This record gives sequence, C-alpha cells and structure tokens, in this order.
Amino acid sequence: MAQVSMTVNGMRVSGEVEGRTLLSTFLRDTLELTGTHVGCDTGQCGACTIHVDGVSVKSCNMFALEAEGAEVTTIEGMANADGSLGTIQQAFQDHHGLQCGFCTPGMVMAAAALLKENPKPSEAEIRTYLSGNLCRCTGYHNIVKAILAASGQDVAKEFAA
Amino acid sequence: MYAFEFERPSTLDEAVKALGAEGAQALAGGQTLIPTLKQRLAMPETLVSLAGIAELKGISAEGGVLTVGAASTHTEVAGQTAYPALAHLARGIGDPHVRNRGTIGGSLANNDPSACYPAAALGSGATIVTNAREIAADDYFTGLFETALEEGEIITEVRFPIPAKAAYVKFEQPASRFALVGVFVSKGEGGVRVAVTGASEAGVFRWAEAEAALASDFSAAALDGLSASADDLIGDIHGSPAYRAHLIGVLTKRAVQAAG
Ligand SMILES: Cc1cc2nc3c(=O)[nH]c(=O)nc-3n(C[C@H](O)[C@H](O)[C@H](O)COP(=O)(O)OP(=O)(O)OC[C@H]3O[C@@H](n4cnc5c(N)ncnc54)[C@H](O)[C@@H]3O)c2cc1C
Ligand code: FES
Ligand code: FES
Repeated sequence: MAQVSMTVNGMRVSGEVEGRTLLSTFLRDTLELTGTHVGCDTGQCGACTIHVDGVSVKSCNMFALEAEGAEVTTIEGMANADGSLGTIQQAFQDHHGLQCGFCTPGMVMAAAALLKENPKPSEAEIRTYLSGNLCRCTGYHNIVKAILAASGQDVAKEFAA
Repeated sequence: MYAFEFERPSTLDEAVKALGAEGAQALAGGQTLIPTLKQRLAMPETLVSLAGIAELKGISAEGGVLTVGAASTHTEVAGQTAYPALAHLARGIGDPHVRNRGTIGGSLANNDPSACYPAAALGSGATIVTNAREIAADDYFTGLFETALEEGEIITEVRFPIPAKAAYVKFEQPASRFALVGVFVSKGEGGVRVAVTGASEAGVFRWAEAEAALASDFSAAALDGLSASADDLIGDIHGSPAYRAHLIGVLTKRAVQAAG
C-alpha cells in the first residue's frame, strides 16, 4: 500500500491505495464520491469522465497514484456554492438531457471540458466531442441541445437534427 | 488486475534502471496498458510510470524536423502547427479524454495493427529514438504488436522530417474509432511514401506499387487501375480482406487529394 494525496473539488484529500487502485475506485470507494459512475470499466463509455489538472480523463483508465498532487474535479464539484445546479447541470435538466442518468456525470464533465476549449461549439462540434461518451437512453439529441443552451446559444436556431 | 509495485522515476536514467528489473514494464498514458492489465493479459511485477520524466516531454520544430517527446499526449501533438498532417492524425485518435492521456511513445511501442501513429511514422520516414539508439521507421515495425525495441528499452522521442505534402485519411471502425483502414501519404525529400494501417495481419506496411506510381505523378489519377492485394489482409466482422483491399485504394486516393 502507498499513500496518495490530491485535491478533489477544492479539498485536500489523501488515502492508502495499492498500485492497481484505479482513480475511479479511489474516488468512489475511499472518498465515497459516487457521482462518478463506472459503466464499462474498459475506457470506452465515458461515464467515469472527470477532470485532472484541468483536462478531461476517463478515471477508470488511470491509477490513483498517477493523480498524486493533482487537482481533480468530479461531478460533485459542478454544483454552485449554494448547492443549486451549475449552468451545465441546469441545462441538462431543462432540456431533458438525461433519462436513467447513468451517463450524465460523464456527459456533464465532457461538456464542461468542451466549453472551456470552445465556448460556442456548433452542433457538429458537440457531437464529435462526445464521441467517447456513450448514452443508452436519450439518443443524444437532448444532450446536444442542453450543451448548446449551456453555452448561451439559441437552441432553436443552432439545432438542425 | 494482478497486484504490482508502482514506481515513479523522475529521470530517464532512473527509469532505465527500474525497467532493467525482472518483470518491470513501462506505463505511459495507460490507455492501452490499463485495459490490458484488467483483462489479465499482462502481469508485470512493477509498473514504471514515465509521466514524471522531463526528458520525455516537449515538441519542437527545427531545420525541417519535428521532434516529439515520447510522453507527448495526442492532445499536445494535435496542438502543434509545424506538421499539420500529424496534428490532424492525432486529433482523430479515440476521443478527447483518451487523447489527454495517451502518448505517441505508448502508441508506437504497442504497435497495434489498427493504430494511427505507426502509419505516420512509417509514412513520414520518421526516426524512433530510444535511450540506447536511433531506429529508422522502416526497421522499427516488425509485425503484429511487434517492434525492434529490446526488453526495457524506452522510446525517448520521435523525429519526423516534415514533408512538403502529407495527409492521413482514416476509415474509422465506428465502435472503437481505431482505423478499419488508415492511409498516410507523404511527398518529401525522401520521395513518396504510402503507409497503410488497420489492414494487414502483419501490421503497418508500405504500399510499394502506389509509391512507384505517385513518384512520377503525385495525383489521385496516377492510382487509377491500381489495386492493393487482399493477401494477408485482416478479415473480421468489420470487413473482409477484399473490402479492406478496396478501402486501401480509395483512401490512398483521398489522402493524395487531401495532401494537395
Ligand atoms: C477508447 C479508446 C479509443 C482509442 N482509439 C484509438 C485510435 O483511434 N487510434 C489509435 O491509434 N489509438 C487509439 N487508442 C489507443 C491510444 O492511442 C493509446 O493511448 C495508445 O495506443 C497507447 O499509448 P499510452 O500512452 O496510453 O500507452 P500505455 O497504455 O501506457 O502503454 C502501451 C504500451 O507501450 C509501452 N510503452 C509506453 N511508453 C513507452 C515508451 N516511451 N517506451 C517504450 N515502451 C513504452 C508500455 O509498456 C505498454 O506496453 C484508443 C484507446 C482507447 C481507450
Ligand atoms: S467506466 Fe470508464 S470509460 Fe466506461
Ligand atoms: S441517460 Fe441513460 S445512459 Fe444516458
């Protein structure tokens, strides 16, 4: 076992992990931040997407020890300080961008990463960017609309499909 | 996943030493290795993370050569502007989250028969530099998941001569986003190169007939009537050898057109 320390959603945390402990496992089991979902556990589905040092990663495809000293943001860090939904989260609710909600934490984290890089993405850019985030329920249209709305664009005008 | 020790050397020398130990394996972005470990297809005793080694980082262009540190992520390569065809290829790998972790060194060491970077290295006539020596791309790819790397040898950087014209066109396998077939063409001081990934049972290869045709006339029309052989091509649920052979012809034309 080894000691690992990092900052998660602004808080300094540390814990004992094995070499093989995945970052997703550390977040969910050690820190009990179960908002990060594990769908496929093979790096395909994106449900476990979080941000490490400002960029999106699949937390099932990274070891906890690789995040030593890192700044980590999970879905639990996306709400406003008063506990109300953040802009992207609210847009997902407003546009019915989720059904079962399993993929949603990863979708929101992917959307946040996209909007940081590209504040006004087109519909096509959103769809391309979400290639690593799978949703079994929504058919993606409402997710795309939610992200257009979260970026402050006119959904009726920008959404063609 | 089997248990293993985890080491984080901060210099290349330390990493070389750590990898010299019995049962040690390098970990770069983990985007291939971690799924492999989960499937118990590898059981290293020690994983040696290359992430903290400054010597493996950085991208620079000088004298017509782009030098890419082995630990450069696909996102970082996508962001360089000196070699646009290579940036385009990197931007097309997997998805944004995979690109933020996966590295060029990991991709070339792994030599997946459907990976993108092997086509760029072979198709540009790149040099793969390790802690011990320099290996020409023509000598580096030795078969399916096989390379000229020795046990414990670490790729430190990859040097790409920047060609006058180049392009990579990939026909994506839609579920994995790897190349069902991908073709990298270039025309530079070393002549014309056509490298094909995703298609052959033996991994990435150069399509010599197309190179010969393009050497005298670098245009899609020069490829008219030329077809790749389906012998030894991959056949799976995604496509037969004949289908892949057809794609090689189509994608090579498209790549030549894209290279301009
Ligand atoms: C969902 C998904 C989609 C993908 N899509 C594509 C795609 O479209 N095209 C594509 O080409 N790839 C794709 N990949 C693979 C991806 O590009 C990997 O990042 C890459 O193949 C391996 O790089 P890595 O840095 O993650 O290496 P790791 O997984 O860490 O290591 C891979 C192997 O290389 C060895 N190694 C790593 N670095 C070095 C080094 N410097 N010297 C010597 N040996 C080393 C390791 O020991 C290991 O054996 C995809 C992966 C995923 C999960
Ligand atoms: S759980 Fe990590 S990608 Fe599916
Ligand atoms: S809402 Fe159910 S998987 Fe996306």
